[in-house]
Amino acid sequence: MTGTTTAPERGRPAGGGPSGGRSGSFLGGRRGGLRGRPMLYTSYGADQAIWNTPAKRAWTLALVAVVLMLPFVLSRDLTSLLTTVFIFAIGGIGLNLITGYAGQVSLGHAFFMGLGAYTAAIFGGEATDSVVGLGLDMAIWLPMAGIVPAAVGLLVAPLAARVRGLYLAILTLGLVFIGEHIFKEARSITGGAGVGRAPAEPVLFGLDLRARYHVFGHILSREAVFYFVCFAIFVVMAIAARNLTRSKLGRAFAAVRDRDVAAAVMGVSLQRTKTLAFTISSFYAGIAGALLVLVIGRVTPTNWNLFLSIDFLAVILIGGIATISGSILGAAFVVLMPRLVSELADVVPFISTSPGSGFLSVFQLQTMLFGALIVVFLVLEPRGLYGLWIRVRNYWKAWPFSH
Amino acid sequence: MSELISLGLIRGLGIGSTYALLAVGFVIIYRATGVINFAQPALMILGAYVTSVFATSVGIPFPLAVIAAMAVLALVGLATERVALRPMVGKLPFAAAMVTVGVFIVLFVVAHRLIGAQVRTVGDPWGLERMSVFGIGVAQVDVAKIVISMVAIGAVGLFLARSRLGLAMRATSMDQEVALAQGVNVGRMFGLAWAISAALAALAGMLIGTAAGGFDAVLALVALKALPVIIVGGLDSIKGAVYAGLFIGVAEALTRTYQPQYAPWLGANFDVVVPYVIMIVVLVFRPYGLFGTREVERV
Repeated sequence: MTGTTTAPERGRPAGGGPSGGRSGSFLGGRRGGLRGRPMLYTSYGADQAIWNTPAKRAWTLALVAVVLMLPFVLSRDLTSLLTTVFIFAIGGIGLNLITGYAGQVSLGHAFFMGLGAYTAAIFGGEATDSVVGLGLDMAIWLPMAGIVPAAVGLLVAPLAARVRGLYLAILTLGLVFIGEHIFKEARSITGGAGVGRAPAEPVLFGLDLRARYHVFGHILSREAVFYFVCFAIFVVMAIAARNLTRSKLGRAFAAVRDRDVAAAVMGVSLQRTKTLAFTISSFYAGIAGALLVLVIGRVTPTNWNLFLSIDFLAVILIGGIATISGSILGAAFVVLMPRLVSELADVVPFISTSPGSGFLSVFQLQTMLFGALIVVFLVLEPRGLYGLWIRVRNYWKAWPFSH
Repeated sequence: MSELISLGLIRGLGIGSTYALLAVGFVIIYRATGVINFAQPALMILGAYVTSVFATSVGIPFPLAVIAAMAVLALVGLATERVALRPMVGKLPFAAAMVTVGVFIVLFVVAHRLIGAQVRTVGDPWGLERMSVFGIGVAQVDVAKIVISMVAIGAVGLFLARSRLGLAMRATSMDQEVALAQGVNVGRMFGLAWAISAALAALAGMLIGTAAGGFDAVLALVALKALPVIIVGGLDSIKGAVYAGLFIGVAEALTRTYQPQYAPWLGANFDVVVPYVIMIVVLVFRPYGLFGTREVERV
C-alpha cells in the first residue's frame, strides 16, 4: 500500500501515458488531481496508485465487507467453493505474474502447485506407516510450501531463461509430465499413484482450523474459519503482487514481455528478470497448491496434471491478462461456472445429470463451455472479463454522451 | 541381439514414425501461421474414431475408410482454422496458440462423447502377425507404421517441393506480406496447412489405434509426445521432425525394454517421460532444437 499516499517523486512520469509529460510539481502532485477531475493524474505515483479514485476505495471496502459477511449467510459447501476461489486467485495471480506481466508462457503451473502441496504435507502432515510427515505448525509449513517450489523454480530458471516463446511453453509442459512421474514414484512423500495422502494439518499457531469457534455469539463452522484464513492470505498476496507490478521490477517484467531485445538494450537484465518472474510465480503456485489440497481433502499424484495447468491459463485468459483484479475475476469464473452449469442442468432440457443419457452430461458441458470460452474471449475480448468491466466503466464515464 | 532389434529398433521406429507424422503436422501449421496447434491430439483421436466408424460400423474396405477419414478430418481442420484461428491473424502467437488449447478442449469432449467409455477398434488390418526377417521376429504392425508414415511424409514433402500450391505455401511461410503481394491467397494457405495437418493427424490416429486392444480417448495424451519431438527437431524443420521423431521413438522403446532391468530405480513406466527428458537435455545445449532456425535478434 506504499503508493497510495502522495509521492510525486515515486519515479518519473511515464512517457506516453495520459499524464505523460506533465510535471508532478505543477499541480502539486496530489492523488486524484484537481477537485472534481478524478481522472487527471499529475504524477506517476498517482497514476499507478491502487486506489486512484475515492469511489474505487469506497467500493473496495464495501466489497471486502460483503466478502467478510458471506460465510454467515451462505451454506457450508458454498463457503468452501468461495474459499476455492481465493485459492485459485492466488495461483492465478502467480501465473499472471509470469505469463501476463513477464510474457513467459508457462504450462508448468500444476507441477509447482503439486510441489507446494507435497512440501506442506511433509512439514505439516502426520507421519503414517507409508508416508513421512513432521506435523509442524501452519506458520511453518505454509511459508515452506511457497519457498520450496520457488527454490525449484530458481533451479529451472536458467534453462527457462534461455528458451523463448512457444519453446518455453512446451518445456514447461515437460515439467508437468516429469513431475507427475516423480510424484508417482516418491511414494513415501505422495502416497503413490491411486492412493494419495492426506494434506498438511491446518493448525495455525496452535489453533486448529478444523474446529468450530464461537465468535460474538455466532457459531463459525470449520469451513468458515478456513474461509477467513484463506481470504487473509489471498488479500496479503494480492496486494503484494499488485505492489510488485508497480515497482521497478514490475516495469522490468513488462519491458521483457513487450520486447526483450529492447529491454536488454535499456539495461534490464533478461536473465535476472526472467529468473525472478519464474521464482515468484512458483512461490504463489506452491502456496495455492498447499491450500487447495486442504479444500479437496486428499489428492493423488495425477491431480497435478496438464488439465490443472490449463485451468489456470483459463483463469488468466478469461479474467484478463496482466491484471491482478482480472486474475481474481477469472478465478471466480473458473471455479463458480461449473457449479452454475450444474444448477442450470435441472432447468435446461438437453443436459442430463446422469452420464449416458441426454445429449451432453453436465461435466462434458462444463468442460466444453470452458474451452469455448477461452476461444471466444481470446477472439472477441483479449482483455478478458477485466476488459468487459473497463468497457462498462467507460460507458458510464461518458454517459449520457457517447463521445 | 534379436530382442534389441525387434523390441528396441523396429518397435521404436514404428512408434517414432507415428510421432514424426504428427510432428510434421505441427511443423506445417507452425511454418504457415506461426502457431503451435495444441488441438492436434484431439484431431488425432477424432481421426481414429472416424476411421473405426467407417471401417467397422459402415464396413467399407479398410484403405478407403482411412482415406475417407482423412478427408473428413481435413474438413474439420479447415473449419477450425476458419472459425477460431482466422480472427487471430496478426495477434500474438501466444494468444493464437492458446486459442488452439481451447479448441483442443472442445474437440476432446466431442471425441470423448463419441467414443464413449468403451474401447473401440480400428478393425484388424494387419493383425498381430509376426514375420521373420533374417531370423528376427518383426511385428507387421510396426512395419506398417513405418512404411505408411514415411510414404505420407514423403508425399507431403513432394507436394511442398514440386507443386504450385506447395510453392505458394512455402512462400507464405517465408513471408506472408510478400506472398500476398505476389498474388498468393494467404488465408487459403492457412486453411490448407490446417487441412493437411489434420489429415496427417487422422492417419497417425489410425496407426496408433491399430495397437492390440484398440483405443480410447486417453490416446490423445500419446499425441502430446509429438510436442517434445518438434522441440528436439526444431519448430520449423520438417526434416528435424522426422529425425527427432524416429530418434525419440527408438529411445522410448529401448527404455521400455531395458530400463526395468538395468535402472529400476527410475520407476515404473519411465519410458512415458523419456521424450520430455530428452527434450530438456537438448534444450540445455540448443535452445532452438537440432534443426530449428535461430531467431535473428536485431536492434
